[in-house]
Amino acid sequence: MASPRWFYQISGRWLPWLSLLTFVSIIIGVIWGLGFAPQDAKQGNSFRIIYIHVPASFLALVGYYIMAISGAIAIIWKIKLADVVMKSAAPIGASLTFIALLTGAVWGKPTWGTYWIWDARITSMLILFFLYLGVIVLQKAYSAQGLSNKAAALLALVGTINIPIIYKSVDWWYTLHQPATIKFTEAPSMHPDMFQPLLIMIIGFYLFYVTALIVSMRAEIIFRERNTSWVKELALNLKDKRPI
Amino acid sequence: MNNIGFLAILRRDLLLAVRYRGDLANPLIFFFIVIALIPLGLTPDSKELSEIAPGMLWITALLASLLSLDGLFKDDFADGTLEQIIILPQPLYFMVLAKTIVHWVVTGLPLSLLAPVLGLMLSLPETGYLPLMLSLLIGTAILSLIGSVGAALTLPLNKEGILLSLIVIPFYMPVLIFGSNMVVLAVDGLSIASPLAIMGALLALSLLISPYVTSCALRLSIYG
Repeated sequence: MASPRWFYQISGRWLPWLSLLTFVSIIIGVIWGLGFAPQDAKQGNSFRIIYIHVPASFLALVGYYIMAISGAIAIIWKIKLADVVMKSAAPIGASLTFIALLTGAVWGKPTWGTYWIWDARITSMLILFFLYLGVIVLQKAYSAQGLSNKAAALLALVGTINIPIIYKSVDWWYTLHQPATIKFTEAPSMHPDMFQPLLIMIIGFYLFYVTALIVSMRAEIIFRERNTSWVKELALNLKDKRPI
Repeated sequence: MNNIGFLAILRRDLLLAVRYRGDLANPLIFFFIVIALIPLGLTPDSKELSEIAPGMLWITALLASLLSLDGLFKDDFADGTLEQIIILPQPLYFMVLAKTIVHWVVTGLPLSLLAPVLGLMLSLPETGYLPLMLSLLIGTAILSLIGSVGAALTLPLNKEGILLSLIVIPFYMPVLIFGSNMVVLAVDGLSIASPLAIMGALLALSLLISPYVTSCALRLSIYG
């Protein structure tokens, strides 16, 4: 169990179903959210970007913990598969953080009148993005020299200790400066008609995250095990099946 | 204290630092030169300078401390000393702590002592001098501790410099926030107790955690 080979085989069976589920839930969520959910009283149609922004931000945060925890497992119990998860999770998380920042900026223009302000939440998201980038850069540098991935895992782990501190300090910094001109007031409770498609989008993004993680893990497993007999067999089988 | 390793490393590194005196001045010169850039790039007007002085002094000191991190373990790694240190029957935690303390003594401490002079050049009000020194004394110690983790993690890589900065800077942000805020509060005539307390807490926390993580990272760097 938990060997890369076992995972490769079992995930190959899951993948079509997962992809289908992801596709269906995101399509339903997008059509419902963009087409049928009621307009926001204050923001009009521009609020609809919430259906991308919120799920992406959710997964960006969750993704960091997934990355760090699997990194810890890889260091402590030396499980190969956890190391693969850690390596694959970093770029996906960074992309989601970027999407969250980008959609936030696009949303900010019509509602706040500006693409960027140094708001506490935006700033902490930006720092999260930097933390992701640090992990990715360290991974790349190590793998370019053919060294193991553990340094990046350790960095991710240190990041988890620091994330609460960074968030608190940014919060504190923001309340000190009090720009007060622009304030993000969220509706206290969302109308169910608006919330249901959002829930579906969040589920869809979770599914998407898992699917993307599995696809990228499979590629990583094949790369790491490229000299083993089972991968060679796999490659030969593929070659025979493909009509050239 | 029965800590031969700690004292031996402390003594050795301090001795090395004294023998290579030339290197000691580099972060200070960097600090000085970059501070001189600020009026050139922004404004020589003393009123405007005094407003940005706390932040600028802090950012520049942070960068000076960051740039000097590169050499923390590098020479010992290159000539095999580090491996010998790791296999010593002494707690690595305290030996790493000793190295970090020496790094702070040769960079953070002189930077903090020099800071009021540069504050004067940026027309920082006099009430800010002592809080500036105090915040830098504590702050650069935290920076050295956090930075040692980054230095250890990037040790086996050939292209350390910029990579180290990318990794470490996000972790420096809280220190910068509280450090420069302390000076701002003092200049405005308010109590500096709360940022001082938080900086103290950060120092205690990083004293506890950083040498341990650095030790792990050093072992990883050497044994894979």
